[in-house]
This record gives sequence, C-alpha cells and structure tokens, in this order.
Amino acid sequence: MFSNSYIFRFASIMVILVATLLSAAALLLKPMQDRNISIEKMQDILTASNIPANADNAIDLYNENMVQELAVNLSGEVKAVYTSSGFEEGNVRAFDIKVNEALKQIADFRTGKSTTEPLLPVFIIKSPNDSKTYVFPIRGVGLWGPVWGNVALKEDLVTIAGVKFDHKGETPGLGAEISTDDFANQFIGKRIFDSQGNFVSVKVIKGDASGDHEVDAISGGTITSDGVSEMLYSGLENYLPFIKSLKVL
Amino acid sequence: MSEIKEKEPLFSAKNRKLLTVPLGRENPITVQVLGICSALAITVKLEPSVVMALSVVFVLAVSNVVISILRKMIPPRIRIITQLIVIASLVIIVDQVLKAFVYDVSKQLSVFVGLIITNCIIMGRLEAFGMANKPWPSFLDGIGNGIGYGFILVIVGFFRELLGSGTLWNYQLIPQFIYDMGYKNNGFVILPPMALIVVGILVWMQRTRDRVLIEDN
Repeated sequence: MFSNSYIFRFASIMVILVATLLSAAALLLKPMQDRNISIEKMQDILTASNIPANADNAIDLYNENMVQELAVNLSGEVKAVYTSSGFEEGNVRAFDIKVNEALKQIADFRTGKSTTEPLLPVFIIKSPNDSKTYVFPIRGVGLWGPVWGNVALKEDLVTIAGVKFDHKGETPGLGAEISTDDFANQFIGKRIFDSQGNFVSVKVIKGDASGDHEVDAISGGTITSDGVSEMLYSGLENYLPFIKSLKVL
Repeated sequence: MSEIKEKEPLFSAKNRKLLTVPLGRENPITVQVLGICSALAITVKLEPSVVMALSVVFVLAVSNVVISILRKMIPPRIRIITQLIVIASLVIIVDQVLKAFVYDVSKQLSVFVGLIITNCIIMGRLEAFGMANKPWPSFLDGIGNGIGYGFILVIVGFFRELLGSGTLWNYQLIPQFIYDMGYKNNGFVILPPMALIVVGILVWMQRTRDRVLIEDN
C-alpha cells in the first residue's frame, strides 16, 4: 500500500515541517520568556531588600532603586561596576552572571581545572529601612533539586536586612516553605559574624533557635533546611574577601 | 467505522455523544484511569489545575484533528511515531507559550507540561479515534476527552487548595478569625496521596450513581 520510498519521503517532509514550526515558535517567544526570567530575578533582589515588587512594577522599581551592580572576584576585588547609566568600570554586568555557572567555574578554578577567573554578582540596592543594602545571590541543593536565594546585608555588612529563597521542586507544604515570607522573615536582623568578627553565617536548626546566628527549621523539611544552611555558609564564604574589604570591624 | 456519505449536521446526536460520553461513562480519569500522574502532581492549587486542563484540551483536540486530516496519508508502519511527533510538537509550543505569557504558572507546572507527551489519554484517542474518523468528529472527541480529564483535575484542585491552603485561586477564602479559633490548614491534603484519595472518592461517587460501571468479579 505504501512503498518504502513513500515512507521515507513522508517522514522527511514531516520532520522538516515540524522543525521549522518549532524553531519559529521558539525564536518568536524567546524575548518574552527572557523578559519574564529577568523580571523574576529583579523581584527576588528587591524582595530581599524589603521592597515589595510584583511582575508589573519590578522593572521600574529595580531601575529606580538599583545603585550599582558589581562583579567581584574571589579575592574580593571589584572587576566591573554597572549603574543605570551604563558601565563605570569593566564590561561584565552582574545581572547577567548566572550564579550556577559561576559556582561551577569557582570549583574548576580552585581545583586548577581552569584559569579563567570566576566573577560573582553583588547588587547594591536603595532600601526603605536602610540607606542601602548589599544583595548577594547564593545557590545550593535541597532535597529534590537546586535551591537558591538572595541575602541582603545592611550597610554594616554584618546584619541581614532580608532574604528571599526559592526552589525548583521541594515538597509543597514542607521544604517548599523556604520560599514563604514567614520563613524568610526569621532571618531579618540576624548576624553573619560573631562578636569577635569571625564568620559564622546563619544556621537553620531544628528545635529552639536562639541568638543571632540561628533560625527555626521547617518541621518535616529537614533536608531542605540543611540545604539552606549549607547554601548560606558556602555562598557567603565566596563573598567574604569582598565583604571584609568593605566592612568596618 | 464505515464512511457516511450524506451530510451530517455539525451537532448531530452522534457528534453530541462524542462530547458528553467522555465526561461520564467513558471518563479518562475515573473510568479509564489514565493520566493519573499529572492529576496527582499539579492539583495542589486550582490555578495550575485549570491551566493544565486547558493545555490538555488544546493538545488533544488539535492533535486529533491533525492526525485525522493526515489519516489517509500516514503509512501504518510509522503511524505511532507520527502521532508522537504531532503531540510532542504541540506540547512544546504550549510549553513555550506558557513560559512567555503565564510565567509563574509555568513554573508551578514545571515538568508536567512536558509530560503531556506521555499522557496515555492523548495517544489512546489518536490511535482509537483520530486515525479512523473525519476531522470534525475527531475535534469533538478531543475536546470531550480533554474536558473529561480537565474537569476532574479542577475538582481535585478545588478541594486540595481549599483544605490545604485555605485559599481559592490564591485568594484567602477562609477568614483569619477561623484560624484564630484554632482551625489549621490540612498539610496532608497538599501531598500527592490525597489527590489519589480525592480521585478515589470521585470514582466511588460515580459508580454509586451509574451502576453500569461496577465491575463484578
């Protein structure tokens, strides 16, 4: 009924048609998708700095409140400065640095696999309660996949002004609670250095959290909570040289 | 099915049946027990349930029509892969459109839009109906089965969001004073097993009303 050559022709034409259609759809929709992704990123940075933002006003608020975007290296040197009027120094916009890729580069750089110097993003944001906050994007591992977030430090670079966490697929009602305000609000006012100036980060612990360096874990979300602790420590550790270069001890 | 020569009205009794039967006696979820994994995964809230339902209706109806139009050209030996290519293309387009226009919902649906490709309801309808019928009945069959799947999803999503989060479509429905009196959201409802239990209750209710469906061993 259908010859082999017909089958080949049919299959080839179909594949070419489908490929064209899908490429066209992907190309046409890409700008909108990218815009959504950067809106989300801006929202997260603003939320960490205690500026409530939604998808509609995130771009305006970000442009209004962004003082500087810095790209810093592991020794804490600022390699690029971007402001709303363009580059003041260097040519890497912190907003475009993908933290997961930067972390891979850091691992390769430390093991000597690659010699390119990894750069990490830092955002300086005007904030309603503090004259400015330093926002540090961090990334780690939860129970089912990646977790990530932004930590905003006050001008003393010790006290947390706010945080915003998100996750890819933690359990709803358990680990997924890290993205709620209730969990995030616990971090406000905590300190990442102890009174002697040693870096201790903030730990998410089961039981009664007390003091300046502990917050309550999510009941039933132990592995996710541990992931957040680990992410805060290792994430902020990468920024320590930069933080110490600015901090007045 | 033999080809009918005389013109049929668009919504003849037979065509109307194509729309209504999948809602009840032939329901893809409660009777055929297909598409369960997405029913468990994305019905935590009402909004993703509705978006998923609409996505499946769209993919099912359009792919059924496309396969029906091509049905005389498709070589039987490669018909399955042809159906799969049609479904996969439509799903990728839906996924891209969701990412562009309802980004926050697309994040909640995550991998499950992609999993529409492997949703047995769709392949089953193409093989059983699209390959053997004209485009218009195929379209109705797709819409009917899509809605049959979708409305179960919406019912499950409705109860899980109400009991699990106290909200509907993200609006707080259960007022604060009830929480102050000691009411708590049910954390169990948020977990996937509860979706299975809700589906189970729906199956039970349906069989109680329509005793034809009861299988006797």
